[in-house]
Amino acid sequence: MALLLKGGRVIDPEVGLDAVCDVLIRDGVIVEIGTDLKMAKGETVDCAEKIVLPGLVDVHTHLREPGQEYKETIASGTRAAAHGGFTAVCAMPNTDPVCDTGSKVRFIVERASDAGVVRVHPIGAVTKGQKGEGLAEIGDMLGEGAVAFSDDGHPIASAGMTRVAMDYLKGFGATLISHAEEAELSGGGVVNEGVVSTRLGLPGWPSAAEEVMVARDIRLAELTGCRLHLAHLSTARSVQLVREAKARGIAVTCEVTPHHLFLDEDGLLGYDTNLKMNPPLRTAEDRAALIEAVVDGTVDCIATDHAPHAPHEKELEFELAPFGTTGLETALSLVNTHLVATEKLSWADVARLMAHGPRAALGLPAVTLEAGITADITIVDPEARVEVTREWFYSNSCNSAFLGNKLLGKASDVLIGGYFALRNGKVVE
Amino acid sequence: MLSCKHIMTMDDLTPEDIVTILDTADSFKEVNERRIKKLPTLRGRTVVNLFLEPSTRTRTSFEIAAKRLSADGLNFTASASATVKGESLRDTAATLSAMACDLVVVRHKYAGAPQMLAECMDAHIVNGGDGVNQHPTQALLDLFTMREKLGHLEGLTVGIVGDICHSRVAGSLVPALRKVGARPIIIAPKMLMPARPDILGAEVAYSLDEVLPELDVAYMLRVQFERAAQMPFPSNREYARFYGMNAARLGSAKPGMIVMHPGPMNRGVEISSEVADSPRSHVLDQVNAGVAVRMAVMYLLLGGADSGAAA
Repeated sequence: MALLLKGGRVIDPEVGLDAVCDVLIRDGVIVEIGTDLKMAKGETVDCAEKIVLPGLVDVHTHLREPGQEYKETIASGTRAAAHGGFTAVCAMPNTDPVCDTGSKVRFIVERASDAGVVRVHPIGAVTKGQKGEGLAEIGDMLGEGAVAFSDDGHPIASAGMTRVAMDYLKGFGATLISHAEEAELSGGGVVNEGVVSTRLGLPGWPSAAEEVMVARDIRLAELTGCRLHLAHLSTARSVQLVREAKARGIAVTCEVTPHHLFLDEDGLLGYDTNLKMNPPLRTAEDRAALIEAVVDGTVDCIATDHAPHAPHEKELEFELAPFGTTGLETALSLVNTHLVATEKLSWADVARLMAHGPRAALGLPAVTLEAGITADITIVDPEARVEVTREWFYSNSCNSAFLGNKLLGKASDVLIGGYFALRNGKVVE
Repeated sequence: MLSCKHIMTMDDLTPEDIVTILDTADSFKEVNERRIKKLPTLRGRTVVNLFLEPSTRTRTSFEIAAKRLSADGLNFTASASATVKGESLRDTAATLSAMACDLVVVRHKYAGAPQMLAECMDAHIVNGGDGVNQHPTQALLDLFTMREKLGHLEGLTVGIVGDICHSRVAGSLVPALRKVGARPIIIAPKMLMPARPDILGAEVAYSLDEVLPELDVAYMLRVQFERAAQMPFPSNREYARFYGMNAARLGSAKPGMIVMHPGPMNRGVEISSEVADSPRSHVLDQVNAGVAVRMAVMYLLLGGADSGAAA
């Protein structure tokens, strides 16, 4: 079967491509990129006025299956991902049970192939049950398809345990993803420690609780040579630590989330639990520093930390509600609205931050726009108008920090191996 | 009447509202000194005390206030309520709303509970203490007591001493003092301070002895041992030495300085028995004022003037 993407602006900085041209796909593989391409028979997709990018991947997704299917399933979460323009997601292991053995990784891989609409790369737990005590069967999980390891949500308190994990991962060439939080400093905090914690009478989660762990883990990465990826960095000092570590040649990468880029604690006027995140929304100065770090290349990925929760869980007292916002469906539109349309970033930067950077961080095979490469492609309508409403989501949950936002730009089509997962803005069943 | 529908934080009240409440409480205090302490003012109105955290004195104070105004008052406490069966606060609010209550006094372990109730129901909400956030009627009764004992509020220097970060009393008293033109100073070791005391509008001191001579009021906060598994200071003895009010400190204060405490007191920690039982201490006057101030709040919120005179 042949497919011709006609007349889009095709952008891939990895191969030095930014031109209005055609992409010809046959049997799921790109066969030619050029102008005025023809094909004998097949389907032509008019991409005029659209942006054609290498498939976007989210390195930080909570799919909740197994165990919390009332929040999200592999089926619903991958539909949300397609709706948001992603061709692949990396699923965090803090499910119930925790994904900490090869058979649990295999469950996710098999379930994704049965019920998913985008690619799912499982992330395994670093320690058994994410308890921070003994190593999980990392080698076994790698064999079943795990792509990286993290105790996300349950930071590894012990520096010794972290060092052992990094030593072991180094031997497999695998990446440790660190949720940087010193729990004795953040203990019980639900908002940024500072103005908002004082004004709302809520327990504070200080920036330093993140920064001391970022510093610790960078130093341990230097000691062990293990690749370190720092999840959802939220403070100015954290990205400065990464900037310095990269300058010293340490194998460290990092991500920031759209909510930390586009929201700050000043928006927490009341007790809206959709704005309760871990790490919490920080100050306007932190937010500006994160944007600067995205622009200057310190940040490798924009990742969603898509964290679906049911209404009965979020509609509680602020201190009792769980942390997190959904993010898969809004990330690309937010990035376009706030960074591309405002000319802080180019579309090539978006490809760097949402396609190439994430894959490089976790050591996933590169996806580029050139002949011979599998056709995992995201097509964006940069002028599409989006209003974020509860009804608009494909996710099982609608705990979005961006409800009510009017955004510019939206993925119109998503191709995975040459097949549409999203077509004209609708998920293909 | 007041400018607001609810009293959830001190931000809801203008300086004029505060004066209105204190003046109204003055006339109710006179009622409380009569032999028959009851007015028909709120007859037929329903006041619910929704106390989801243990409380004796605040609940009792609101209950007496409601009874003295002839409102139908009822208590909805944590142990007796549906909340132990797992009902959410929103559902509790919706249930009370369906029963057409006129005013709900809420005490809750978590900050923001009054705002959540206000979203879910039509009744007037009065915050009876939410987590470590605010306790506005306590601040109002404290202002009442200061005004009664010292004759005015504007220009008073008030030292609030001790466990500031766990204190909803301080959370309301600092902004309340600012609104009436007084000068609050919070005095505590740094780990008992909130993260950003500057935004509360209070001056900050780490040494009680340094600022003591300036104070017109020494407001000793209760060390809330129940809110922290282990208090971060070395010992009660050392706390008392640096932050406790005792006879020696009274001697180096202004002769007219009064001592206040929201209760219940930890004698020997933040206040010595000698001071607690001295004429300089106005702890029981605060309790007494509490009933009058809460009567005033209920009366003003429920538009009591439409259904009879205050006194």
